[in-house]
Amino acid sequence: MKYAAKKLLMLLITMVIVSFLAFAAFELISGSAADTMLGTEGTPEQIAALEEKLGLNRPFLVRYFEWLGGFFTGNLGNSFRYRQPVAQLLAPKIGVTLCLSLMSFLLILVVSIPLGLFSARYNRGIKDGIWSGLIQFMMAIPPFFTGVMLTWVFSIILRFYNHGQFPGLGNDFWGSVAYLVYPAVAISIPRIAMTMRMLRSRIQNEMTSGYVRTAISRGNDRKQVLRGHVLKNSLVPVVTFLAQTMAEIVAASVVVEQVFAIPGLGRLLVSSIGDRDFPVVQALVVILAFWVVLAGTLADIINQRIDPRLRLGGGAK
Amino acid sequence: MKKRNWYLIFGSVLAGIVAAFIVMGFIWTPYDPTEMMTGPKFDAPSLEHIMGTDNFGRDIFSRILQGAGSTALIALSTVLIGAAAGIFVGAVTGYFGGIVDEALMRFNDALTAFPSVLVALVVVGVLGGGKYNVILALGIVFIPSFARVSRTAFAALRNVNYVKSVRLMGANPARIICMHILPNTMSVLLPAITIGFNNAVLAEASMSYLGIGVKPPDASLGYMLSEAQGMLSLAPWYALWTGGVIVVMIFAVGLIGEGLQRRGKEGL
Amino acid sequence: MLEIQDLHVRFHNRQREAVAGVSFKIEDGEIMGLVGESGSGKSVTAMSVAGLLPRKQCDYSGRIMLDNCELLHADRKVLRQVQGKDIGVVFQEPMNAMDPLMKIGKQVEECLKVHTQMKAPERKALALDALRAVELKNVEEVYEKYPHELSGGMCQRAMIAAAIVSKPKLLLLDEPTTALDITIQSQILKLLKELNRKYGISMLFISHDLNVVRKLCRRVVVMQRGLVVESGETDSIFHNPQHEYTKKLIAAIPTREGRGSL
Repeated sequence: MKYAAKKLLMLLITMVIVSFLAFAAFELISGSAADTMLGTEGTPEQIAALEEKLGLNRPFLVRYFEWLGGFFTGNLGNSFRYRQPVAQLLAPKIGVTLCLSLMSFLLILVVSIPLGLFSARYNRGIKDGIWSGLIQFMMAIPPFFTGVMLTWVFSIILRFYNHGQFPGLGNDFWGSVAYLVYPAVAISIPRIAMTMRMLRSRIQNEMTSGYVRTAISRGNDRKQVLRGHVLKNSLVPVVTFLAQTMAEIVAASVVVEQVFAIPGLGRLLVSSIGDRDFPVVQALVVILAFWVVLAGTLADIINQRIDPRLRLGGGAK
Repeated sequence: MKKRNWYLIFGSVLAGIVAAFIVMGFIWTPYDPTEMMTGPKFDAPSLEHIMGTDNFGRDIFSRILQGAGSTALIALSTVLIGAAAGIFVGAVTGYFGGIVDEALMRFNDALTAFPSVLVALVVVGVLGGGKYNVILALGIVFIPSFARVSRTAFAALRNVNYVKSVRLMGANPARIICMHILPNTMSVLLPAITIGFNNAVLAEASMSYLGIGVKPPDASLGYMLSEAQGMLSLAPWYALWTGGVIVVMIFAVGLIGEGLQRRGKEGL
Repeated sequence: MLEIQDLHVRFHNRQREAVAGVSFKIEDGEIMGLVGESGSGKSVTAMSVAGLLPRKQCDYSGRIMLDNCELLHADRKVLRQVQGKDIGVVFQEPMNAMDPLMKIGKQVEECLKVHTQMKAPERKALALDALRAVELKNVEEVYEKYPHELSGGMCQRAMIAAAIVSKPKLLLLDEPTTALDITIQSQILKLLKELNRKYGISMLFISHDLNVVRKLCRRVVVMQRGLVVESGETDSIFHNPQHEYTKKLIAAIPTREGRGSL
């Protein structure tokens, strides 16, 4: 429990650092927000007045902490473009992206783990070559391309769904889930391959270790060795990898939401970048970073449950 | 009897073919890639237009040659920037260690919280699109991952006996790093570079697909794929060719990476 | 009880036979020593008995009889029924041979889990008995520990406990004391002798150190380059070595007087 508490503290510190980086970076690259809002026609007086109104003339650190506090109170500032609170803008879209990410993640787990286990037994010769080649090929298929191809086959030719008409989670939950299957497949394919590759090499590596020989000398068959010993020992780096995958899925869904015209965070991000709507972009980037850090912490805590050696000294090797 | 490294052979042959086409595309294309009405609109692949034509009657094969060229060049420049800067940072921090190393690595940890493609997307979105901004943004975004990999490799070799002995012989650090350690980290760094190249191709294509990236008249496979999506029902082959070329490109380099990695493992 | 007849093993990636015609016999309740330098084929011989030869990567011939059961060519299924139940194995490096993520207790009772229908409490009782038999203290605590929480000597005792928990006929000891320091080494040797006396388990003790073998084994087989060069009573070989190689091995033993040779 002590370990988890320590990890949570680390998590908070990382979140502060990460959000500070994001805030500072936006200060650097975005220039004056008032400038952007008024366009080229703003007179210096108008800009100063607007800055005063938006509170932009106050010190940098003060604004940072106000903004950071906003993440806990739900006040993320106002969108330049839509003239409404960022939080209101995000709320209905988070569900869609979360649903898509979750479906992709489940798909990755369900397919890659059994296939990884199965293919791990072929570690030399032509069969190893075929599996490794297949994995490399799957890794080469970009999600947006799969997305376009799925659209062509399932929407245009087979008419399984109407492209661009996402029903919305609130209106028709199962209809939405059915629509999200295609983008989830598109996102998953390369990541299934990556996870398989990871799992395969871990297991093949573990198979040569001393405890496997011991287990065989006690009369375990291959399955028992795999289930009883190797699987658990291969797991730690795989869990860390899956946490990274969780983050990458969200990043990939930014592109794939565009392909399938799904009204999620990704589409909002892309359109906000186009509109130079910085409060929205800033909030999205930080939310994503928090998600990444959170997934990493979760992985650390799970790993510490798996491997007792990680419990010593709070994560020392 | 040395076993053949088929991954390296297949990958190199495939990459060689792609590279040959790309080089050809710089010198000669069957039609001017931007010239309209070289044939009928939405013409299916034929002898005159081996990959067909698009909505303006432009020759898709010529466009793809050009697009693949600029995608590959952007990815290559990106990797060069990211690898050069990353390996430099990783080599120095890994070799010397100490507080600077610790601080930089913690900073690096914080940076990895931001999915790299998204950061590049935002940077390019803010700075404005165009080839050079894309290269710059992606190059910078890839520095941390290269720094991490090379730091680990350099730190591992810092106190190996042969390095200690050249240090005792009075070699200066720059020489030790470049002449003695760098060659031995290649088995780790080369596969990392191939992975970086593939990530760059993917990132560039995604960004251009989203319309935040390379701008016309510069062609890019990602941008062409988004164009192709609009004419899926009339010219599905356009999307197929474009995406197919991306897949082949990444597959080829991926095989090379796999081959290099296996060779590195055997060498140990 | 164990008889090896004309055992040959050659790995596919090697020219020379790792074991080139080895034959010897172990009687009931005997501790037999198997001595030789690294690469002499002693470990390969032991692995053949334990059923740990990578069968697809080598050619092998001969017979290994455990009572009336032939092991070398036996079907995997048959072999698995012997492994852990009739033959227990203890390896060189205990830390490496143990599953780092499994509690000691679970590892000790693994053989019971594989080979019997016993319920968990029953298995635990036997595992605790075995841990006591190898003279570990606080066995209940040790049962709940992970390998990294024990010292090398304790780990090796636990490994021996795991090997004897199902009362095997034969215990294969592949350099079990090499990785341990010298005081622990002699404790383990004493323990093995004690186990042999108490339970009458036959043992095949493999070592590169003739001196260690002399303390433990009545008879010894000396191997070099895959061949048995000498075998017989340990004492007589020690005092009257016939083969050049054995003489060299004996000469290599440091003596109290500091003399390097006889």
